[in-house]
Amino acid sequence: MQRVFPFFVEAALVTLELTALALILGLVAAAFAAAAKMSRPAILRAIGTVYVSLFRGTPCLIQLFVLYFGGPQVGINLEPFAAGVIGLGLNIGAYMAESIRGAVMAVDRGQTEAARTIGFSRFQTLRKVVLPQAARLMIRPLGVNTVALLKGSALVSTISVVELTYTAQRFIGSTYKPFEIFGVAALLYMIMVYAVARIVDLLDKRFAIA
Amino acid sequence: MQGLDFSVVVPYWDLLLTGAWWTAVLTVSAGILSFVFGILFAVAVLYAPAILAYPVRAFMWVFMGTPLLLQLFLIYFGLVQVGIDIPALAAGIIGLGLHFAVYNADVIRAGIVAVDTGQSEGARSIGFGKWQALHYVVIPQAIRNTAPPIGGNLIALLKESSIVSVIGIAELVHSAQLAISETFRPFEFYITAAALYYILNLILEAALHRFERHVEVSR
Repeated sequence: MQRVFPFFVEAALVTLELTALALILGLVAAAFAAAAKMSRPAILRAIGTVYVSLFRGTPCLIQLFVLYFGGPQVGINLEPFAAGVIGLGLNIGAYMAESIRGAVMAVDRGQTEAARTIGFSRFQTLRKVVLPQAARLMIRPLGVNTVALLKGSALVSTISVVELTYTAQRFIGSTYKPFEIFGVAALLYMIMVYAVARIVDLLDKRFAIA
Repeated sequence: MQGLDFSVVVPYWDLLLTGAWWTAVLTVSAGILSFVFGILFAVAVLYAPAILAYPVRAFMWVFMGTPLLLQLFLIYFGLVQVGIDIPALAAGIIGLGLHFAVYNADVIRAGIVAVDTGQSEGARSIGFGKWQALHYVVIPQAIRNTAPPIGGNLIALLKESSIVSVIGIAELVHSAQLAISETFRPFEFYITAAALYYILNLILEAALHRFERHVEVSR
């Protein structure tokens, strides 16, 4: 066990890297999707709605398989790691879009009306009044999404990304001690998950409205 | 790059539908398990003596902090090492069921706490025992109030059930993989599988919506 432990730490770092990159992609996709869903042009609203509905309505595993195994048939050839980041990012982006939209909708309507009354344009109202308030409300739901992303990142082991779960599986073959090996992997996941949850807690407290 | 041709799916339609059927079976059986154990865990955390409450809490803590995929591996491959050999289908249902039981327990626990204390006091004052008050008065209200998030967990379960394909259970993903191994057409079959999941998802959402309205009306 001591012999394989360094490999696990390295693999856990890959899991973190994968999660961080997918988180960035997810946030960008989510911001666009949420903006599209709340915009005026029907075509933009339709695009946002279809993206969110399709990615939330089907399993993340299938999305990864379509991208990684099906991609070459339509001219998309990705390395496992890139496919993992893009697949996880687009998947969590759909969930995060709803978190962002929920937070924006939760800002009292009176705020928008008041800003418009004193002469703010629609865009100014959004930027100076609604978004600063919505940002605080987003922290917790987006944090929940991020924890789900971290745990969900184990799925990319099925498209042979060498992260924590994949590394654990590989060592089962050489050690025949599945209980210990998966136990250590589980412990590392727990450390990461509860560290992220703690950071979200701190952020939430830091930006809470007093 | 080869052209796409969805007609390759046609000869395998029965196989895919059988897979979808097993996905539905998995979802329903693991869903029932997650609901029953969700209630049991919630009650244990709140009311059981420390010797039971703490292990349940620790169990919930571990299951919330680790990926479902790893939990399935532990149950299916890991438990063999300590002499517990569970067939794949049972391991899949138990893994999915326990994973979502933990999330349900979290929701139901909050629901029980939120039921007005006057409700259980009222029940006690007309002669109900502690467990009777819990069983007949508090828990039914807690479940009713938490129906939407429990439904949300069931929808998540439907999609996450795809993961049990890795331990060889013949559900929808596994059917698609079988067809792909004969046709080498991953794109067409995974897209078709995705469409079937989407339809199952719509059916489940509609059913839950109806159920919630029913609960709402009978209030």
